[in-house]
Amino acid sequence: MEINAKSIKRWSVIGARPTFGQAVLDLASREDRLMVLTADVSTSAGLDRFRKQYPDRFLDVGIAEQNMMGIATGLATEGLCVITTTFAPFQSMRCLEQIRVYQGYMDMPVVMVGLASGIYHSYLGNTHCCFEDVGVFRSIPNIAIVTPADCLEIIKALEAAVKYEHAVYIRLPEGAGMPVIYKEDYDFRIGKANVLRKGTDIAILANGRMVNTALEVAAGLSINNISAEVTDFHTVKPVDEGYLDSIDRRSLIVTIEEHNVHGGLGSAVSEYMMQKENRPRLMTFGIHDFFPHAGDYASSLEQCGLTTEKIEKSILKGLGA
Amino acid sequence: MSAEKNEMDIDFIREFAFHMRKHALAMAFSAGSHASHFGAGFSLIDILAVLYAHVLRLDKGNPTWPERDRVILSKGHGVLAYYAALAEYGYIPKEDLPGFEQDGSYLFGHPVRSPKHGIEFTNGSLGMGLSLGIGTALALKKRGSGSRVFVIMGDGEMDEGSVWEAFMAGSQFHLDNLIAVIDRNRMQLGGDTEGIISQDLLAERIPSFGWDCYEAQGHDLEDLTHTVQLALKCGRPSAIIAHTVKGRGFSFSEGNNAWHHAVLTQKQYESALEELEVSYHGN
Repeated sequence: MEINAKSIKRWSVIGARPTFGQAVLDLASREDRLMVLTADVSTSAGLDRFRKQYPDRFLDVGIAEQNMMGIATGLATEGLCVITTTFAPFQSMRCLEQIRVYQGYMDMPVVMVGLASGIYHSYLGNTHCCFEDVGVFRSIPNIAIVTPADCLEIIKALEAAVKYEHAVYIRLPEGAGMPVIYKEDYDFRIGKANVLRKGTDIAILANGRMVNTALEVAAGLSINNISAEVTDFHTVKPVDEGYLDSIDRRSLIVTIEEHNVHGGLGSAVSEYMMQKENRPRLMTFGIHDFFPHAGDYASSLEQCGLTTEKIEKSILKGLGA
Repeated sequence: MSAEKNEMDIDFIREFAFHMRKHALAMAFSAGSHASHFGAGFSLIDILAVLYAHVLRLDKGNPTWPERDRVILSKGHGVLAYYAALAEYGYIPKEDLPGFEQDGSYLFGHPVRSPKHGIEFTNGSLGMGLSLGIGTALALKKRGSGSRVFVIMGDGEMDEGSVWEAFMAGSQFHLDNLIAVIDRNRMQLGGDTEGIISQDLLAERIPSFGWDCYEAQGHDLEDLTHTVQLALKCGRPSAIIAHTVKGRGFSFSEGNNAWHHAVLTQKQYESALEELEVSYHGN
């Protein structure tokens, strides 16, 4: 796909799922082995054009996620490059044991794309939100977990995932009008965090839509003479230990994620850092282990304390500033 | 490479099954205090003997020959029969069998993928194998392969909802290269299948999902072979309900659910071997 300012802007406007659909369409033109499976969400996944253009490489299994993962695995054992997709809670938890046995234990690569992760759809109720997926997948060997920060990173993550030696779960952020984090093409590698803003005092690690929030927080902190580094920690597993080593002398590490504070990015960073004799303090921002009540995205973020203002205020308080 | 044999050689299949039973007994004994899924292994022996001795198109020298038939052991606890078949066929070295369930062995109590030994899939959690079969059969059809996919299932795992997701998909995707063989031994861990979730309507349920469904006597080698041949020619996804006896072959274990997962003592091993010799060779 041609990556330029115009296309980046267009993807941002159309949002995560249509961008994913376009990326799949582009991949199919270069990868003959590509096969895309969905559990009755082809339109929601932005796959309408793909379905029409490549009917032989598209399979709708109906509302049967467990069956989808078995079928995907059978196809993969025969050498096909398989992408599965449905909404994040169903992609991660409805078929979790199939994924554990086939993508984990049997180590059969499949790219699993969870649509609309996080709390964007709080108004629909929490059955259609997903802030537990990273936690459940982190405990299964042989599965990489990637949460793209913007639409370009969705494309980059998908490209990398189909070439990866193990299964990959791509946790799609949600919504049209996605923030643009990457204004031009860049080097994306699964397991390699990207520093977006250099800073010397504290380090803020974020993924998904929270990367934009982290950049806003860092800008606010700079007014208070706090130099905050901001890093797109898109891959929670395998964790980028080299990067974490490089920030272990900072006064504070902050993690921000649209996920339960139990089991996600904050937990992964904490587990690694706690092994060090001298380590910085850690503040984890996320959903504090409760099911938010109904609301639009902004009000849901507010409920969870995931707004720029609240995070900035907490960090300043934590630093005694 | 072994093309499908047209003429049924029952004596050969019977001998194959006899050797499988010996391998399976030895494995059950070598498992020691780990115990083994004895009952479900021995109900399955004759089914796998018919497949590996007569039906399957395989290449003895190349377990990953692209045109081979695929076998998926959905009832993953049936490994005594499965490993025994693979050893008798020649994919698993017979000297590896005593390693069953022992430290460092690839012969786990449920199968773990090892293509060079003919173990194509990892299984053990029930109700999942038929979906693997759908994906595999689809991939084979897509590339125009004539290979067939055999999914070996238990009647107990019919309780799992995912099985029925797969049955629906099999007919939806017109998978005439897919055969499910159901080891209908009428028992599961908790007791008789009929007292838990009855499967007496299986022969009606499966056709209602768009599959051809056959029934066979699961220890009658001729009937089994004939039924598999019928199923292979039906032009639709098909299932064979093979009526079997759990723990088949030994007076202490036949139809005795205490042998679902049990330790085989030296005395029992010796008496089982004797019973086996008598039933095969006569007095």
